[in-house]
This record gives sequence, C-alpha cells and structure tokens, in this order.
Amino acid sequence: MAELTYRDAVARGIAQEMERDEDVVFLGEDIAKAGGVFKATVGLLEKFGERRVRDTPISEQAILGAAMGAAMTGLKPIAEIMFADFIAVCYDYIANEFPKSRYMTNGQVKCPLVVRVGNGGGARFGAQHSQSVENWCMQFPGLKVVSPSSPVDVVGLLAAAVRDPDPVIFLEHKSLYATKGEVPDGEIVDTLGTAKILRFGTDCTLIALGMMVPRALAAAEQLAAEAGISCEVVDVRSLVPLDTQTILGSVARTHRVFTIEENPRVLGWGAEIVSIIADEAFYELDGPPVRITTPHIPLPAADILEDLAIPSVSRIVETVRRSMSS
Amino acid sequence: MTRKASAGEVAPLPPNDDIGEAQRLELYRSQFLLREAEQRAFDLFLQNLVKGTSHLSLGQEAIAAGCAAAMEPGDLSFCTYRGHAHTLARGVSVEKVLGELMGRDNGLMRGKGGSMHLTSVEHGVMGSYAIIGAHLPIACGAAWRAQYKGQSDVSVCFFGDGTTNIGAFHEALNFAVIWKLPVVFVCENNLYMEYTPISEVTAVKSPAADRASAYGLPRILIDGNDADIVYRTMKEAFGKARSGEGPSLIECLTYRHSGHSRADPAKYRPEGELERWKLRDPLKIYKDRLRQFDIDDVRIEAIEQEVRREVDEATEACKAAPTTSSDILFTDVYADGGWAWRN
Repeated sequence: MAELTYRDAVARGIAQEMERDEDVVFLGEDIAKAGGVFKATVGLLEKFGERRVRDTPISEQAILGAAMGAAMTGLKPIAEIMFADFIAVCYDYIANEFPKSRYMTNGQVKCPLVVRVGNGGGARFGAQHSQSVENWCMQFPGLKVVSPSSPVDVVGLLAAAVRDPDPVIFLEHKSLYATKGEVPDGEIVDTLGTAKILRFGTDCTLIALGMMVPRALAAAEQLAAEAGISCEVVDVRSLVPLDTQTILGSVARTHRVFTIEENPRVLGWGAEIVSIIADEAFYELDGPPVRITTPHIPLPAADILEDLAIPSVSRIVETVRRSMSS
Repeated sequence: MTRKASAGEVAPLPPNDDIGEAQRLELYRSQFLLREAEQRAFDLFLQNLVKGTSHLSLGQEAIAAGCAAAMEPGDLSFCTYRGHAHTLARGVSVEKVLGELMGRDNGLMRGKGGSMHLTSVEHGVMGSYAIIGAHLPIACGAAWRAQYKGQSDVSVCFFGDGTTNIGAFHEALNFAVIWKLPVVFVCENNLYMEYTPISEVTAVKSPAADRASAYGLPRILIDGNDADIVYRTMKEAFGKARSGEGPSLIECLTYRHSGHSRADPAKYRPEGELERWKLRDPLKIYKDRLRQFDIDDVRIEAIEQEVRREVDEATEACKAAPTTSSDILFTDVYADGGWAWRN
C-alpha cells in the first residue's frame, strides 16, 4: 500500500497496462518528453520508449482519428486530449466515428480505445479550459464514459477502460490531480459500470461524480455533525454504463435524493438520473429530487466568481438542510 | 507488338508493356462492373427500391479500379460516402452492395449502414465515412498500426476535392509525414464540391497537388480517367509506403457524369462540359487501349456480357431477398453485441 497522488495514479495505471500488453500505445500533446502539462504522465517515455509513447502536434482530430484507425486494426491506444474543452475541436470522433462504427457496420468494426481528458474547473483557467464535459460525451450510444474521484479508482478504472472492447472517454478531474489516497500494491483492475457507496446514511442520498465526490463527502460530514442529517454518498464513477441499481437501491433506503453536478444545469447527467428515479422509484420518494449544479453560465476565471459558480461544500450543506427541513 | 494509332494518342507505349494483358482485361472488367453497378443503383432508385441518398461514381471508375488493381490483399481502403465503386473494386459482390442500398437482409451490413457507410473488413474495406475529412486521420492510425507492428500493408484513403479545404485533411497530411506513415491519400478531383466548382472556393488551382509542398511531399497530379496511369502511379506510391518512405498525396483529375447525389440534376454545370468529359470517359479510353494492344472486340464483349449478367443476377437476388430483420435494431451498439447502457 502506498499513498499516491491522483496524477501519479494516472501514470501508474497507464504503465500497468502498457507493461501487460504490447498493443497498448499512448499518444497526445506534450505527453512524452514533457510528461504531460499536468505532469500526470511523467516517466512513461523513459519506461516504454518513443515507439509506444508519442508526442503529437496540436492536432486533436489527428490524435483521435489516429487512435481510432489504430484501434480498428489491432492496437489499444490511449489518447490524451489535454483539456476537456478541446473535445469540441475533435467532436466528430466522439459523436460520429467512435460510437457508430460498430453499429453501422453490423459489428464488423471494433474500436477499443481510451481517450483521457483533463476535465473540470476550480483551477481559475476561465471558460475555455474549465468545463465539465461529461454531458457532451454521455449522449452518444456506443460510447462509455468514466470519471474517477480517487487515486485508487484512477488506476482501476483506467485499467478497466483499456481492457474494455468499446471506446471509453476517461474524464480525469484537473483539480483532483494533487489529491492523495491509498493505493494497494500490485495490479488493480476495477469494473466499468459500477457505482460505489462511499458513505452509508439513512436520511438522504447524495449522488456525485469527479470533484463533486470529495465535496459531497465533506458536506455529509458537516450535515451529520451540525444538523444530524445522515447522508449516503454515491460516487457514480461510470456514467455509461450507468449503475442504476446501486442508485435506486440507495434511494429505496433514504427516500430523498440530491445530485451534485459540476456541469452547467441544462442536460447535466443528474437530469437523466433524476428521470430514471422518477420513472422507477417515484413512490420511494419522500420529497422532490434536487439537482445541485453549476448555474447555466460559462465558468468565470476569477477565484471568487468560479467558487460561487461550482457547487461548494457550503452550498451542498445549505441546499440539503433547506430541502430536508421543508 | 503491333500498335494501332488512335486519335489523340501521342505518348509512345513502352515496348514491353508493364501492365500486361491479363491485368488490362481485369482493369476493363472492373471499370465496366463499376459502371454497370452504379447505373443499376440509379435505376433502382428511380424504381423506389433504393431509398435515402446515394452518391455515384459514374465517370470516376478508373480511379477505383486502377487503385484496387495496384493494391495487395491485406491493404486497407478508407472511402467516403461516394464509396460504392471503391468497395466493389476490392471484390465485394454487387449483390451485397445493392442489397445494402435496398435495405435487404442480404446487404453488406444488413441495412444498418446504407449507401454512405459501405464496409467489408474481410475485403480490407475499412469503412465509408460520411463526415468530410474524418477518415484521413483514421487511415493514418491504421498505417501507424502497420508501422508499429512491422506489418507490410498500406492504408489507402480516398476523398474528393472538397475535402482539401477541411481541417482534418491538413492535420492528417502533417501527421502522416512527421510519423512517416505507410498511407496513400488519393484525391478524386471531379471539379465540384457538391454543387460548387472547387476552383471558386480554393486558394490554389489543384486543390490537393498544390498543397503537397506544404507538407514536404512531391506534387502529383494525374489523369484520373486513365486506369493505366492510375495503376502505375499507385503502384509506385504503395511501393514507397511499403519500403518505409512514408506517405504520398495523389490528385486524380476526373469528372462525375451524374450530380453530387441522387437529388442533384447538376444544372450548375456549363453547357457542353459533360459532353467534353464524356469524350474522355474512362471506359472509352480503356476500350481503345485494349484495342491498341490487339485485344479484339469479341473478348471485350464477352467481358461485358459476363458483367451484365452478374449485375442482373445480383439485382434479382436483391429484389427477392427479404427486407432486413427488425431484430438487428438493437444489436452491435456495444462489443457485447447489445445496446445496454445501464443496469
């Protein structure tokens, strides 16, 4: 067991898979010699050489297209899109190419690849380097979408994504790179499509993803101490496949539900989850589901403004207290 | 070898013909098949048996046939929505292609892809892509795999003149050159991007060839209506790719006899242009070529009869085939064969 940062867990997960399988290759901007702009891929070039760890030009379409062509014909590429916002310039591959190739060809074409992206806000980078784009990705049938919240999940879910036969968008949270956690020694392989209950509770369920997970846990702690509200915290981890059963099971125990989403409000992932709960667990509910999200605005750069926009521990606490007392 | 002079033929033929009779007959058969199959696709559309859209390669057959003849088994084709000809040229049956266009159960993808997405992995046809430019980077990736694994196949990527003005074209060219990938980019310049003359919307005269120097590649502009020229040029480019010397960009000048898609009567073309190009019809050019090499008309007609019969039989088989089965609506979204996105 070792304490690792979330960023070191990325390099460890990639290394674990590259050591296991010669077909795993890694490409992206500044990922090799520079070790990544977030220093999440330091040491991989030295370990695996420039044949397998390749710097690319600033050509996001070439990066994703090349990953797809390689995946179709026998490699298992990991491609990095530096900032999640840049997905917009290579969206064709996310929207039209990766997810549809198998279906359109009646199963002839496979696309086993992973796209790692630096997702989310909190780093004061402004509106074009801070977005949470999970809802940009989860809408396409054929894609899988994963977002780990802890170092151990980074290693295990990354390994599961690389081994998965479908295209996986792997959303790393930029503001979690410096966070630390215990990671067991040896090979770690998790399972896509599994949510995790990180804290058991009886009064309400907080459903969170990525950076919202540690905030939900902190809010749960505070709500227990200050208001005697017992919160269950579910880390969704995998938006597609979605572990609906874990979510519905929790709602059946607590009867109240809050989604805590970093994405702007309209069509955030929580809307889909709330819709499933309304369809399938309506009579379990003791009150309306509540979505705590970033308001429907672009993210501002200044710290004081960005902190007001993204759901904070205190906003979660206040919203839960208010809702639970009404 | 005796040669009969034909009108307009000035370049002396090589004394020992490098292509040979068998290959020439095959090149003619292939072009004739593409012509007949595309014409049949159009006829079936007029009969409302082909739905949706279709983009025909009538007039452009020499490129598909010449390239396919120069390719080795195992080489990979990446096509566009105008991909019927390239798919057929790699040996996919007419029945499979027409069946796909007609949404029948005997179709290449059982109707799940349609005209714009013809794919036959077993023939090396790795897909037909309907988003302009998308498949140039994808072809780079397939070529990267060959390079990485030390495999000798070449990835060949076909696209139209309009593609040279989209970003992915430029990203892919640069990428292929810096990684020295075994990929050959084949631009079919048929003078029109959809309904607009390519010359009106492009900064250079030859949309692909004039861009080659920006990527350190030689300028290659060829007559895309002469299958021999296409064949020879491709052979050289594939050889270069296979020997580790990197990518090529080849612009083939051609002309489509029909409109952009089935909805387009091509009224924007100046009067007489189509007629002038029909004088340079690739089938006419090639029939003359066969005659120059003393292949008599009886043999040519035998090939044509055989192809016509093949296309007729394929058409009847498709008409008789059941429409595709509704139980494949939910298959192959994910690798487990199904579509489940949640538990």
